[in-house]
Amino acid sequence: MTTAVASHPLRDSTTMVRRNLKRMLRYPSMTVPLIAMPVLLLLLFVYVFGGTLGAGLGGASGGRAEYVNYVVPAILVITVSTVVQGTAISVAMDMTEGIVARFRTMSIARVSVLTGHVIGSLIQALLSLAVVTGVALLIGFEPRGSVGDWFALVGVLAAVTFALIWFTVAIGQASQSVEAASNLPMPLMFLPFLGSGFVPTDSMPDGVRWFAEHQPFTPIMESIRALLMDRPLGNDLWIALAWCAGIALVGYVWAKRLYNRTA
Amino acid sequence: MTSRAAQQAIVVRGLRKSFGDKVVLDGIDLDVAQGSVFSLLGANGAGKTTTVKILSTLVAAGGGRAEVAGHDVATDPDAVRAAIGVTGQFSAVDNLLTGEENLRLMADLNHLSTKDGRRVVAELLERFGLTEAARKPASTYSGGMRRRLDLAMTLVGDPRVIFLDEPTTGLDPRSRRGMWQIVRDLVAGGVTIFLTTQYLDEADELADRIAVLEGGRLVAEGTPEELKRRIPGGHVRLQFAEPGDVRTAQRILGGDAHADGDALALRVPNDGSLRSLKALLDRLDDESIAVDGLSVHTPDLDDVFLALTGDSGLEKVTNR
Ligand SMILES: Nc1ncnc2c1ncn2[C@@H]1O[C@H](COP(=O)(O)OP(=O)(O)OP(=O)(O)O)[C@@H](O)[C@H]1O
Ligand SMILES: [Mg+2]
Repeated sequence: MTTAVASHPLRDSTTMVRRNLKRMLRYPSMTVPLIAMPVLLLLLFVYVFGGTLGAGLGGASGGRAEYVNYVVPAILVITVSTVVQGTAISVAMDMTEGIVARFRTMSIARVSVLTGHVIGSLIQALLSLAVVTGVALLIGFEPRGSVGDWFALVGVLAAVTFALIWFTVAIGQASQSVEAASNLPMPLMFLPFLGSGFVPTDSMPDGVRWFAEHQPFTPIMESIRALLMDRPLGNDLWIALAWCAGIALVGYVWAKRLYNRTA
Repeated sequence: MTSRAAQQAIVVRGLRKSFGDKVVLDGIDLDVAQGSVFSLLGANGAGKTTTVKILSTLVAAGGGRAEVAGHDVATDPDAVRAAIGVTGQFSAVDNLLTGEENLRLMADLNHLSTKDGRRVVAELLERFGLTEAARKPASTYSGGMRRRLDLAMTLVGDPRVIFLDEPTTGLDPRSRRGMWQIVRDLVAGGVTIFLTTQYLDEADELADRIAVLEGGRLVAEGTPEELKRRIPGGHVRLQFAEPGDVRTAQRILGGDAHADGDALALRVPNDGSLRSLKALLDRLDDESIAVDGLSVHTPDLDDVFLALTGDSGLEKVTNR
């Protein structure tokens, strides 16, 4: 026999999102580096490596100008990776801080604690992406996509972010400490390098190249690149979305299971 | 089931819990009447927090059954959560938010209207002496303030059954008394309190019934008075001025008297009543033995606790 207790998932989730946004504002030492990091990477790759790498691309203009346009998709994906690393940390902090134990003993929609983190991080990621795109435009990035492409681009980026956030919400709960939570998502920072993010995959040796072409970040970055530069999408978009759906589902199920566990 | 639940706020039968092969609770039965204070005593690691976690739906029991506010914790956790408030052993406040924001968060999660929420938050800040610190982040609060905020957050939802896991550990004497008064006020309002503590005076002061947890079982359960009566330990301590008097007194009082501490004192079993005290003093007076000082020791819960929890318990308590 279970007694019906009125559930307010929407209201509780809104409350939790507000809580998470407040925490981000209160703790800028965590929020600011999350935006600074991809901006610095962008500047590093464009101004330090860009001349040489751009020449290797063999485009019409060549050099640095060519490379900005090539590297922006990778930087956008890294922006998302950085934000979700923050998600893992703040989830782990929450779990160690006791307030979540309090939430668990309260009659609130269970999922709201997690959706609070997910939506809070999503908002943060979209802001970071906007900042990074702004900086890219300032240093010579010339996108060629149509308005429709931009809408599709926002959709793809939101899907990637959403998937990775659910995944790291699970990782944040699975880690035994805040330190572990900050290290576990590291591969998400490296995967764009082992894909088509910074140099085309056909310049890589066979084994690495096989990996680069089959890992999830490559179709994601290729889709973003195609949308930004008005190039043919091919199958990349569907493969990217399939990866996102898969990662989101695994992350969601895992995160919920961890949250509901009663040791 | 529902009829008994009408009078009992908490009913526990055969509750078990192990972590790995470590048995923490080994079959526990409890009844806590509505509107009463129940105190669970135990040494460090006895399983007090584990019991609270099971009853507050945080941790699943390994066996047995528990009902809180008439609802089964295993099959109907949401109904239990709607009825309870928990102040855990370790602080459960959001350190990055201010005291006021923490309370507002609780008001929102309890689905109070904005107006009611404001009123309840202001009242609680006032009642717990936090009005001045309301706009400061909880991370800047002292241990006592944090504890008060913690309890205030628990009260926002107006719970009918409240779990307090060592609510006064680390508080100064004044704050402890303040916390006790809050508990008394809550009980006066009909709330049921399940309290764990290591302070026996606290249990003595607040609890209607006390249970002592040891080795995974309840080794004693009853009112504070009942528990004290179970322990023989009442005695009179006699202090003498002359070694000669000690020897004479020991001779006339026989095997009952034991040397106590220094050579000039005797410990004599005695229930502390006026009549038996007079009889004792008369016997000494008949022999013209001069008694320098006298103190009566009635058993308190410390005796109960130490007697029931054995050597290992004693060690752990003193180590803390
Ligand atoms: N999650 C866990 N995993 C493994 N062992 C645990 C876990 N939680 C508690 N224990 C063990 O169970 C025993 C009881 O712990 P509990 O926290 O309930 O004790 P306690 O009576 O609250 O002690 P204290 O007075 O120190 O708070 C301890 O030996 C502890 O090590
Ligand atoms: Mg404890």
